[in-house]
Amino acid sequence: MAPIQPADCGCTKPKSGQGKGTEMRKVNMGKAIIVGLLGFVVWYLIYKQLEPFSHFFTYSLLGLDRNSHLGGAIQFFVYDTPKVMMLLTLVVFVIGVLRSFFTQERTRKYLAGKREIAGNVMAALLGIVTPFCSCSAVPLFLGFVQAGVPLGVTFSFLIAAPMVNEIAVILLYGLLGWKVAALYLGSGLMIAMVAGWVIGRFKLEHWIEDWVQELRAAEAVVIEEKLTWSDRIEGGREAVRDIVGKVWIYVVAGIGVGAAIHGYVPEEFMAAIMGKDAWWSVPAAVVVGIPMYSNAAGIVPVVEALLGKGAALGTVLAFMMSVIALSLPEMVILRKVLKPMLIAVFIAVVGTGILFTGYLFNILI
Amino acid sequence: MEIKVCGPGCASCEKTQKIVEAAIGATGVEAKLTKVTDFQEIAKLGIFSTPAVIIDGEVKSVGNVPKQADVEGWLKS
Repeated sequence: MAPIQPADCGCTKPKSGQGKGTEMRKVNMGKAIIVGLLGFVVWYLIYKQLEPFSHFFTYSLLGLDRNSHLGGAIQFFVYDTPKVMMLLTLVVFVIGVLRSFFTQERTRKYLAGKREIAGNVMAALLGIVTPFCSCSAVPLFLGFVQAGVPLGVTFSFLIAAPMVNEIAVILLYGLLGWKVAALYLGSGLMIAMVAGWVIGRFKLEHWIEDWVQELRAAEAVVIEEKLTWSDRIEGGREAVRDIVGKVWIYVVAGIGVGAAIHGYVPEEFMAAIMGKDAWWSVPAAVVVGIPMYSNAAGIVPVVEALLGKGAALGTVLAFMMSVIALSLPEMVILRKVLKPMLIAVFIAVVGTGILFTGYLFNILI
Repeated sequence: MEIKVCGPGCASCEKTQKIVEAAIGATGVEAKLTKVTDFQEIAKLGIFSTPAVIIDGEVKSVGNVPKQADVEGWLKS
């Protein structure tokens, strides 16, 4: 698999874009809530019509046989594509608005006062909603160190932020169902919390590059912005334009793959190498996944294809997690602030966590 | 006037660079624009989220892409 957009950086913050937004009508909170609720009702009514429409389109309009492979594949495609796109739009919008409340500065300030364990839990959760991209990992790391956030807590954040993101969860939900999405979300958070805590226990602060240590005395420049509700809503719309505009192609590709698998590809194709019985497939999946990099949207169609061909769920999730959470480009960037030993520990601890998760799901499910 | 744009070179940083260039062009002020891409340099300036714009030593924006109208305002003052 070719790396997909290594520089794909979703770090758009509410105020991006030139000039627009300032002349936007001012919206107060009450009005924002009413408009939001109305919008949601309209969204829900359309969403509810998607399945009947896909049946009407496939079987009445195109006149395909209900029991045919082709009919099933087309109905699946016509239903799932708008379904996943609508879910994605809704969630990206809501998270985009939420993110205007969780700036990196606030997250940093908040975590600085936290002890380990509580700090690890909070850091992993904040990792979901704080704006983050792999290119901002280093400045963010520096900011955390400077603010006195414990090292283990910082790592919890650095693991959770790329791995547990809303796009991955929504795509998994749309393509593979809520159970897989929930398992991914839950185990991703657990790995971030536990791995961060373990790294914190090792007391490896001396493996941070020396020049970073000196930053503790430095003063961070913070510009507090007063955001109005119209700014926040604009932030949500900006996120939808930005993320949905980039991700839709993966969604269509993923659902296309799913539709094709529905009837055409022989199942059990991958069972021999990635099935439950191949014990070595989990470590192999993790090792293969570490140097690879893909954004969450790009990897989900692959995951779907592997699962559809008989690969075991734990093995596939382990592969997905190691591709997203551990990547060569990120290690190269982190090398500027971490000594090689600390990077090795980071990879080992997170890799072990992913390995355990993979085996656990293969045993349980 | 000395302007620094801080950022390791991601998409948002490039966008910021372009906006600042456009603002310089629009206002016609004499300005020297430098790009700071080294993390150590950036951190020394007190910047912990990128992109950031610094004009004559004063930090004008941190962690987001500024609007061109705002940049023009900073350049004129």
